[in-house]
Parts: sequence; structure tokens; C-alpha cells
Amino acid sequence: MFVTQVYGDNGKMKEYHYTGPVEHRFSPYSFNGGTVLAVAGEDFAIVASDTRLSEGYSIHSRDSPKCYKLTDTTVIGCSGFHGDCLTLTKIIDARLKMYKHSNNKCMTSGAIAAMLSTILYGRRFFPYYVYNIIGGLDEEGKGAVYSFDPVGSYQRDTYKAGGSASAMLQPLLDNQIGFKNMEGVQHLPLSQEKAVQLVKDVFISAAERDVYTGDALRICIVTKDGIKEETVPLRKD
Amino acid sequence: MALANVLQSESVDFSNYGRKCRGFSSSLYETELGLESVGGDNLSFAVRTACSDGDGPERKIQFLHGTTTLAFKFQHGVIVAVDSRATAGAYIASQTVKKVIEINPYLLGTMAGGAADCSFWERLLARQCRVYELRNKERISVAAASKLLANMVYQYKGMGLSMGTMVCGWDKTGPGLYYVDSEGNRVCGDLFAVGSGSMYAYGIVDSGLKQKDLTVEEACDLGCRAIYQATYRDAYSGGQVNLYHVHSEGWNRVSQSDVLMLHQQYQNLTDQ
Repeated sequence: MFVTQVYGDNGKMKEYHYTGPVEHRFSPYSFNGGTVLAVAGEDFAIVASDTRLSEGYSIHSRDSPKCYKLTDTTVIGCSGFHGDCLTLTKIIDARLKMYKHSNNKCMTSGAIAAMLSTILYGRRFFPYYVYNIIGGLDEEGKGAVYSFDPVGSYQRDTYKAGGSASAMLQPLLDNQIGFKNMEGVQHLPLSQEKAVQLVKDVFISAAERDVYTGDALRICIVTKDGIKEETVPLRKD
Repeated sequence: MALANVLQSESVDFSNYGRKCRGFSSSLYETELGLESVGGDNLSFAVRTACSDGDGPERKIQFLHGTTTLAFKFQHGVIVAVDSRATAGAYIASQTVKKVIEINPYLLGTMAGGAADCSFWERLLARQCRVYELRNKERISVAAASKLLANMVYQYKGMGLSMGTMVCGWDKTGPGLYYVDSEGNRVCGDLFAVGSGSMYAYGIVDSGLKQKDLTVEEACDLGCRAIYQATYRDAYSGGQVNLYHVHSEGWNRVSQSDVLMLHQQYQNLTDQ
């Protein structure tokens, strides 16, 4: 009997016994990695994602960005299981078209967020394994970020990180954008240039320490003039 | 079924989506019914597999879970106090969650358990309450609203919904407070605390409510203190304390206080 002790997902040790038959059930899900991040400013919003698509110990693609443009003022970042990400974005696009045809106007960011919540909850008992973050401009032209859990619980934030390196990025954002745990610091509003630089720095840090994040960074900057895309290389190892 | 009906009216084909995908788990039957028929099998396949430990790099899906909420009746209405932390496993997903759902200007619902479950079903309850108002030309009572919610979630009993909510309001009979959960409980009472930090909150409120006839300010302080103490001792509670007061004219939001500020405030009081 050969026993190896391995650290499991939550830090507790798992034991593997290589004896006897083991039942392997088919799992409809797989984890494809990737990190997404969104920041809302006074009159802009930034949605950024890495472009690595992995599965297990392999990398399927180095050029698979996770930001999808929905309307001229809204971008969604989806990470988790790639199959569900693709299907979900197709469904959202279809629903956007239906709304446009019925109501003769584009959906606002807030409306898209509320709709996505009900789409996700519709699959409450077989969830879409996707961590979504929507970034865009609200009706007043201010930046808005909406973050979701896989079954549709959502709220509006100023900044949010989701995906495999989210636990590493979120505390850094809390400190730099939210000024948390800093005493006697002036709360300056975030400018677009500073926000873009911060996003680049934050992803460089994530690529250092998370195996699923790396290769390249795709940044989508949403302003009233439209959506601008920028690609920055990251570590490829 | 409530869920399938609501979503069917909005999305044409998409309600078939889940049913087809569930096909490979349920071997033989193809049914046209909603979620209930594939309930048992679906639960063991979809939800449990998703939550069980994968081998190697596969991850669990983790939903956001809410925590300490409390509400109590007193002479001048109902006080509702909640924390604002949402956790996904051991990760704190957010410290600014709104756990009090404003159903309408005189009814409030609280959120504990699964965040998506609570917000979805209470939003549906808001819709049902509005339909009742339009049909009957009068406001819905707290008892009826809580009954609507309880009946909606009872159809999904055993399927893995996690919701522990309090429906609070003021109607013709005075202040109303009902506890409703996804197990099917619906209980009327004067004081409830729900969530992982509920025991700590009960301790504070029970001792504070002994002397009857609280003023509004005293009652608000009591609610605030109870949630603060719960966040102090419970790891899954924290963030801010959101306080609401329901009275005969409706509800109003009393305060939102950061727990760190409260800690310093109470610390100064004990040092004096």
C-alpha cells in the first residue's frame, strides 16, 4: 500500500491510497483558469483579463482573452469553465438583440446586470461555472462595475477581481483603490492613466504567483467615446 | 413551477437548455415537467458533484453565503440589523453586501444563507406583492407576504436552496415579523436572529430587551451592538452594520456603520 500526502484545495492534507478500483464519474465541468478584473472611474471603466486558457497541467492557448464586448458602453469578463463562458456570452448577445428589437434601444449596464442575474439563477440546479464581472458606463456616464457569483447574486462595486488569482489581486486593489487599512492618506479620485497602470502592475504580480494567469493581458477601456483595447505581454512560463 | 414559469416568459428557448444538459445523468426518462421531476437525480449529479472535491487542479464552485441578521419587535415598530459580509468558502468575497432587501416601502426582507437564493426569491416576492396590491387595491399584510414566500420555496424543498430570511413590516394589525426558510419553516415572533453569528446576537438582544419600553434610539443602539458583537466573535460576519427601522409610515434606513469604527467607539466607552 503506497500512501502519499498531498495538500488539497483548502490547505488540508489529502491522502491517496493506490489500492483497489476507484470510481471516476464524468464531470461536466472543467476548470480553464484565467483572471478578470474591472475598475470603475469617474467617467470610465476598465475591464482586463489575461489570455491564457489552461486545463489541468496543460495550456490550450496563449491567446484566448476573457473580455467580451456586449454594447458600446459595456464589456463583460468571464472566467471559469470556458465552455460555459462561450455559451453564456452567446445567450447574452441573443438577449441583447431581442431587447433591442422589442424596445428600440440598447440595454444599459444596470439592465444587463439584472438580466444576467436571472439568466444565471435559471440554472440554479446546474450552474454555469463562470465568474462574471461586468464593466461599463451607467446612464449618467459614470463608471460602473457589477460582480456576480456563479448563480446570479450580484452587486455594484467600484472595483472587483474574479477568477483564479482573484484572492491575490483583490487585497491589492482594496488597498490602492479603496484606501483600506491606510491611516491619514488623502483619498484622491482615480485617473484613467493611473488606473491602467495599476491594472498592468496588478496582473504582472498575479502572473508571478498564479499558474493559471499569464501569457498576455487584454485591457478594454470603456469611455463615452467607445471601447479601446490594449494588449500587454505577461510571463509565458 | 414558479422558477420555470418566470424565466420561460422572458427567454424563449433557454428554459430547455438545462433540461437537455441534465439528460446524461438521468438515464431513461424525458419529461416535460419543470425542475421538480428531475429533482433528486439532478441534485445528486449537478450540485453535489460541483461541490465535491475534485482531484488535482479541479475547483469547487463556491456560492456566496450571507451571515448574521436580526430583527425584533418593540413598542415603536421593528428594528432590523444586518452585517454585510459575503464569503465564498474561506474567501471574503465582499464586505459591502446589502442584506436587507427592500421589497416595497413598508416591507423589508433580510438575507441569510445563499445570496443568490435570497435576492432572487425576495425580488419575486416583491413582484407578487405588487400584483396583490393591484388586484385587491390594498397593501398586502406581512403574514400574507411571508406565506407567499414560504409557499414559493417549499416547492423546491430538498433541492438544495439555502435561504433563512425574515419578512418585516407594518400592516393593519401593527408591526409584523415572520421568519421564513428554505426548509419550509414559517414562524411568527417578536425576535429572530439568523445566520452563523445568530447565537452571539441573541445574547445581546435578549439581555437588552428585558427592560420593556425601549425608545427608538435605545432599540437602534441595541440592534447595532448585537450585530457588532456577533461580528466580533463570528469569523463569517463583518463589514458594516446596516440598521433599518420599520414604523407605521413604512421603513427608513437609520444608519450604516463600519464595524471598525464601532469597535473604537465602544472601546472608548469602556475606557472612560
